[in-house]
Amino acid sequence: MSNLISSVSPHFFTKRNTRMIMLDVIIALLPAAVASVIVFGPRSLLVTGACTASCIIFEFGFEKLCRRENTIGDLSAVVTGILLAFNLTVSIPIWQAVFGSLVAIVVVKQLFGGIGQNFANPAITARIVMMVAFSGSMTNWVYPGTEKMPDAVSSATPLTAAAKGSLSMMPSYMDLFLGRHAGCIGETCALALLVGGIYLIIRRVISWHTPLVFIATVALMSFFCGKDPLYQVLSGGLMLGAIFMATDYSTTPHTRWGKVIFGVGCGLITVLIRFWGNLPEGVSFSILIMNIFTPYIDKLTRVRPLAGGAEK
Amino acid sequence: MRMGGIRVPHRKNTAQCQSVRLGVPAAVTIPMSMHIGKYARVTVSKGDTVKVGQLIGEADGFVSSNIHSSVSGTVRKIDEIMTSSGVRVPCVIIDSDGKQEKYEKLSVPEVKDFDSFVKAVKESGVVGLGGAGFPSFVKLNVHDLERVEAVIINAAECEPYITSDTRTMVEKGSYVFKGIELLKKYMGIRRFIIGIESNKTEAVRIMQSLADETEGVEIHVLPSVYPQGGEKVLIYNTVHRLIPRGGLPLDAGVIVVNVTTLAFIAEYMETGMPLVEKCITVDGSAVKEPKNVIAPIGMSIIDVAKAAGGLKCEPAKVLYGGPMMGITVPSMDEPILKNTNAVIFMDKKEAAPPKITACISCGACAAHCPFRLDPRSIARAYKLEDGAALERLGVDLCMECGCCSYVCPAHRPLVQTNKLGKQMLRRYLSAEQAKRENALKERAEKERQEKEAEK
Repeated sequence: MSNLISSVSPHFFTKRNTRMIMLDVIIALLPAAVASVIVFGPRSLLVTGACTASCIIFEFGFEKLCRRENTIGDLSAVVTGILLAFNLTVSIPIWQAVFGSLVAIVVVKQLFGGIGQNFANPAITARIVMMVAFSGSMTNWVYPGTEKMPDAVSSATPLTAAAKGSLSMMPSYMDLFLGRHAGCIGETCALALLVGGIYLIIRRVISWHTPLVFIATVALMSFFCGKDPLYQVLSGGLMLGAIFMATDYSTTPHTRWGKVIFGVGCGLITVLIRFWGNLPEGVSFSILIMNIFTPYIDKLTRVRPLAGGAEK
Repeated sequence: MRMGGIRVPHRKNTAQCQSVRLGVPAAVTIPMSMHIGKYARVTVSKGDTVKVGQLIGEADGFVSSNIHSSVSGTVRKIDEIMTSSGVRVPCVIIDSDGKQEKYEKLSVPEVKDFDSFVKAVKESGVVGLGGAGFPSFVKLNVHDLERVEAVIINAAECEPYITSDTRTMVEKGSYVFKGIELLKKYMGIRRFIIGIESNKTEAVRIMQSLADETEGVEIHVLPSVYPQGGEKVLIYNTVHRLIPRGGLPLDAGVIVVNVTTLAFIAEYMETGMPLVEKCITVDGSAVKEPKNVIAPIGMSIIDVAKAAGGLKCEPAKVLYGGPMMGITVPSMDEPILKNTNAVIFMDKKEAAPPKITACISCGACAAHCPFRLDPRSIARAYKLEDGAALERLGVDLCMECGCCSYVCPAHRPLVQTNKLGKQMLRRYLSAEQAKRENALKERAEKERQEKEAEK
């Protein structure tokens, strides 16, 4: 008998694997990470590092405990860690950040079956849990240190300022674009996030549909509601959410039209919360709510197989 | 709009390699099944002397094919071999005398009309040489010729490595057009479309210059995207028609013929020599010198490898056909078949299976399926044994081209679940059918009883 391998076709495979996709996401997040250090100082790195490390440890530990295959090599826990950190304030106590990682990895991801099985975005859900649990430190916005004010001080985010109508605290477009304003670690620098987004689209990790529709919906609705569209688009977590969280594979629709509906839904809910809700920001809630609708959107927009004749 | 697919590495290393005829092997093993359909019936017995082109297996039944000796020599025995699909098939083993004497009773077929044309094609023993192995005479024997609006000549050759169709066009381009003339004359077809992938520049040039002199031939240069040569894909991408579920190309008004098959038919009409040898591409990471060779049908793969310049190392996997849809051979003693267009020898590194990880729901499989199927959902429906969902998802449309498995970053075995899903759907549909029939029977029975009661 020969030792030849017998297997079903195909016998060729792409070299691209999950790890490479996650690595691309990490690369796309790097500009925002660099921006966060420039804007908020080195502590942002500490928070990011703590979240990433704890996410890896929780994933490793939980899989060990459940005797599941170890998946930290696919780098998805690293992505979750960085995204969670990007959604936190720079002054967050480290133990709280670690708690957030626990929620993200163990509760939201692993308890639902691990990578690809969770229905809600781990980082977003963890952020929402933390906002309820640690509302003080989660909203202790720190204004980036400037030459005039070397020490960071508590401040309002652009959206809080806009909601209160305090014009003096509202940053300029340029400051918004470059990230020189209060906010979460990774959300402030629209430029860095856009660079990352374009990289992901070029690398075909994500499609442009959701981010573009999400952002366009927010801009349009702001315009119709008499708000400043550009200001609304550049503020808060919109860029981060639209590019990195609303494009998560397992929690968002797969069809092209599904992505469009998802983007519109996210945009509408965001605007609803921003303009009429109790909270100044609604991106996280909008994505979480749309995550729940995802299976239905996928069903609604199912693509018909390409075959001639009438359906049987 | 075109049907999509994937960009695979082409590896057409042998596109420029003139095909070389190999020396006669000491013996050939010719199976009685190198086609779709019923096995041919053996017409020789042990000890018989046979010559090249002599009938050794006769088509048996409606879909079957004649089989001829590829060498001159003596029948050693009538045996059985295990084919790559695991089925035992009768075969004729012939010891070659090395003389390659032509069978004296062979003559150029007399073709006067459609019926004699189809008969001649049947006698040539030709089957779909692109790999499918469907007896050509069955395909061409169209009762209602008016339904055929066009013949599409499949010269896409989208599989990596394989260049045997390219060589046909370059070396035997005139036969392709003689074949077209035959179909014009005996089948009354007026429109011909030759679909070629853009990476075959030389073949495109030759076909184009010949087409310029012939009426009714269009050359469609198609993007080099796998699976451009898939029958339904080629039809859609050339004449933009879809075949109904479970239908045939004829339902879309076309017939698809492989370019080498057509060229062979034309050559047979001139020479009268049936299909006894094949041009095949010998390539792969374990091959010393990739080349195109003309080998007698029934020559063992190991003999071909030796005659074609040898192997660098012990191959880990050997394929009939290309790496996307090719079939692994169980041993190197397996023979070259009529529908073999390449033998690919893969070394350990190339054959290493990728690690399967969890599905990350990226949707790449669905995004690259030519038929817009959703292999991820099919896999789930299969796991849940949900026949109704499999029917809705159209798993029966899958042609197993392998795009989904190729692109999957988690390397999920999606083609396999599609294949299993197809089987499950067939079982489900026949069970449903039985249920419906039972219900009808019961109702009829009930009505009968009620009627009796009324009496």
